[in-house]
Amino acid sequence: MSEYMLETRGLGISFGGLKAAQDVNLKIKKNELYGLIGPNGAGKTTVFNLLTGVYKPTTGTFYLDGEELTGKNSIEINKKGIARTFQNIRLFSNMSVIDNVLVGMGNQSSCNIFESIFRLPRYWKTERQLREKARELLRVFDLDDERRTLASNLPYGKQRKLEIARALATNPKLLLLDEPAAGMNPQETAELTDTIRFVRDHFDMTVLLIEHDMSLVSGLCDRLTVLNFGTTLAQGDVDEVLSNPEVVKAYLGDD
Amino acid sequence: MNTLINGLCLGGIYALIALGYTMVYGIAKMLNFAHGDIIMVGAYAIFVTLSMIGSPIATVVAILVAVVICTALGLLTERVAYRPLRGASPLAVLITAIGVSYLLQSIAQLIFGSQSKPVSMQIKIAGVDSLTFGNVSISISSIVTLALCIIIMVGLTLFINKTKAGCAMLAVSEDRAAAQLMGINVNAIITLTFAIGSALAAFASTFYLMQIPSVTPTLGSMPGIKAFTAAVIGGIGSIPGAMIGGILLGVIEKFALSIPFLAPYTTAIEFAILIIILLFRPTGLLGKKRREKV
Amino acid sequence: MNFKRFKLNHYINYILVLALLIPFAIIGLTGSIKGSTSLLLTQMAYSMILAVSLNLVVGFLGELSLGHAGFMCVGAYLGGFVANYMHTVIDSPLLVLILSMIVGGLLAAVFGLLIGLPTLRLKGDYLAIVTLAFGEIVRTVFMNQEFLGGAMGLSTKTYGRKLYIIALVMVLFTVFVAQNLMRSKHGRAIQAIRDNEIAARAMGVNITYYKLIVFVIAAFFAGIAGVIYAHNTSPVDYGFFSFNYSIEILVMVVLGGMGNITGSLIAAAVLTFINFELTTSLSGDLAALKFLIYALILIVMVMWNNAPALRRVRERFNLGRLFAFIRTKLSKKASEDDSTKLGTVAWDKVPTKIPMDAILSTDFKPDHSFEADKPEKGDQK
Repeated sequence: MSEYMLETRGLGISFGGLKAAQDVNLKIKKNELYGLIGPNGAGKTTVFNLLTGVYKPTTGTFYLDGEELTGKNSIEINKKGIARTFQNIRLFSNMSVIDNVLVGMGNQSSCNIFESIFRLPRYWKTERQLREKARELLRVFDLDDERRTLASNLPYGKQRKLEIARALATNPKLLLLDEPAAGMNPQETAELTDTIRFVRDHFDMTVLLIEHDMSLVSGLCDRLTVLNFGTTLAQGDVDEVLSNPEVVKAYLGDD
Repeated sequence: MNTLINGLCLGGIYALIALGYTMVYGIAKMLNFAHGDIIMVGAYAIFVTLSMIGSPIATVVAILVAVVICTALGLLTERVAYRPLRGASPLAVLITAIGVSYLLQSIAQLIFGSQSKPVSMQIKIAGVDSLTFGNVSISISSIVTLALCIIIMVGLTLFINKTKAGCAMLAVSEDRAAAQLMGINVNAIITLTFAIGSALAAFASTFYLMQIPSVTPTLGSMPGIKAFTAAVIGGIGSIPGAMIGGILLGVIEKFALSIPFLAPYTTAIEFAILIIILLFRPTGLLGKKRREKV
Repeated sequence: MNFKRFKLNHYINYILVLALLIPFAIIGLTGSIKGSTSLLLTQMAYSMILAVSLNLVVGFLGELSLGHAGFMCVGAYLGGFVANYMHTVIDSPLLVLILSMIVGGLLAAVFGLLIGLPTLRLKGDYLAIVTLAFGEIVRTVFMNQEFLGGAMGLSTKTYGRKLYIIALVMVLFTVFVAQNLMRSKHGRAIQAIRDNEIAARAMGVNITYYKLIVFVIAAFFAGIAGVIYAHNTSPVDYGFFSFNYSIEILVMVVLGGMGNITGSLIAAAVLTFINFELTTSLSGDLAALKFLIYALILIVMVMWNNAPALRRVRERFNLGRLFAFIRTKLSKKASEDDSTKLGTVAWDKVPTKIPMDAILSTDFKPDHSFEADKPEKGDQK
């Protein structure tokens, strides 16, 4: 057990000379709500892609709960306990809401293909367990009534929620949310803030989120890291960071 | 040596067809499966024209007719079958293209029957149909084919790189949305691409008939598939890639055919090469690597 | 969705096949069945197996395979060869049939594994062309093997008139496997890959493993279909397994609806029936009419289901709504004749539920290392 749920040491990646992210040092405590902000193109999503194995870091290492995960692929990382949502919603749009969540739960069922095809007892047992758990999760997100709807037919706000529910279904230790409030109206954003806080408390989750909406960030996060041009501009407590002149300059321009 | 010349000749034809595939793929991002059958239509156009007029200029007229018909057909299929599906999934477009291919084949068979029709396209200069150097003899049509293939390819490369329309094509293939924002009429460019590709197909059918002087409704399908293979080998979307792929495939085919032990397996060898190349270079020899954004 | 409907969804496929199997099995076992009927039923059966198994790849996994006939070819040649050998040792033709189906299916599955293992990292058009290439390679290689009959084709011992019973039982087995697989955690993972490969990977779905599994299972059943073919037709003719036949199977899948097993079954049966009738009535060049019809089916179906411009029309006039309408009418006037009602059960499953524009997630963009973040909300504070 490590003091930090996620720790990155000098994490960086460059694409043909372009340093999309460099020397990113995050220390996220257990059960913390941590924000990652920065202007457009600052490399926030790149950090997420590094942490979920979409890209392999060219420099640095990162640890989840003390265990090094550098260089592992997406599937292994997911198994170890990092789950994410996407900036542009990536639901399984032709599957029902509950099936979306059940896909996330796949790693918690030991039922093999043979048992599934021939409907052996273990299939029924695991399937029942999974469905119960999935519905419990959907109830938390107020999606249970729509569980048989196709994911693509959900309203936008609920699709965002379903993405979070699906990520949680993989039973992660750390949840990465990529702009969860993008495109939401103020009321939906407020609702989302409550949901994220609830998730943190109810599931004892550590959350790292990328967000542009400062009201969400300042209302929700415990601490922040600000990225600009792939490097860390500031990090620390929310008020402290947001009043940092460097940060203001990066956001509003130099004048 | 003969094998090499024949291979180059066949390779030139494949390259011409492959160019059609590759340009359409690069710009419309779709695999025009019916391209091979446009060649077949071109061949029938030549056959009909030749049987209607018998004057010495018949060959030239026939080629012109083929070019016009193929271009018109290319534009028609694009307008009727592919444009309504713009923005749909690649799988949907691919299946439609397969449908168009079948449609053309079956219509040709209904009109002309499945029997092969002889077409004489031998070119003679001063009454000779082949030149002999020592123990190597090269037919005039081979020379003409090779020369014209090279001219067409050079012309096409110049067109793409030097003219405004060519530039617009490159832009559309790079990023359709951005090109549209820059004021390029994407639909017009795609139409132009189909027109050029189909005109190339008409030339390909001419050269094909010089090599194999008969027409059947399925004439286009095998060369079509092989030329597509060539385009993929070269890296689909890349014009020099299509040329290299086409010539490579043509030479390999002729060499394989010339070795008795390998001859029956020619098709298998060509496709095996395709698979092997794709394994090591998943986007072909000269293809650009594209990554999906996360 | 009420409980009863839910159940019907589970069993409709079995009911359909049994509706074909039981009456004809009774006819076949008691009296004598016409040779041509038996032939037609066998053809229907292996078409159904092929269509359902190809649907696993195209409709559920979302990859286009143009080499399904190639796997069938493996089954037909190798299964037929093994059967020829077994006939000398084993007396019972039924046992030979069953054993050779197992062997042929497994060998086709091995081919599926061999071709899938290296090529499944390719996507979309590239994978399609590789499967096409594979189909042609298999055919060319088998055609040139002397022990497989060479250019004459492999002559096999046909099973006789009762083959269709076994064949239809195999359809049941295929449906059983396909359906149960797709309604399990594994099936969900497979469909997740189709809907969004990147998200599926992020959810811990092992993409390569599942793609391979689907490929191998589909190849296995195509192999079985091949063995049935070999017991129905002698000599086994390599010309049959051409690219055209792969397309024919694809037509069935597209007509029946991507990811819709019931649709595949019905489309396979109907097309085989039409095909059978056409072959006997259309001779010579008129046979091209068949391909004309196929071509129109492909184009019209795909256009209808996918053309962005038709989206509004599609939503207004889809078959599901039409049948819902008919059903409400029917329940009002219960005296309507039963044949329409039967049709209701079968056909309301046919329109594809999956718009194909979501099937392949190959929305490739040029390689930008950075992505533009959403500009709307950045600079408010």
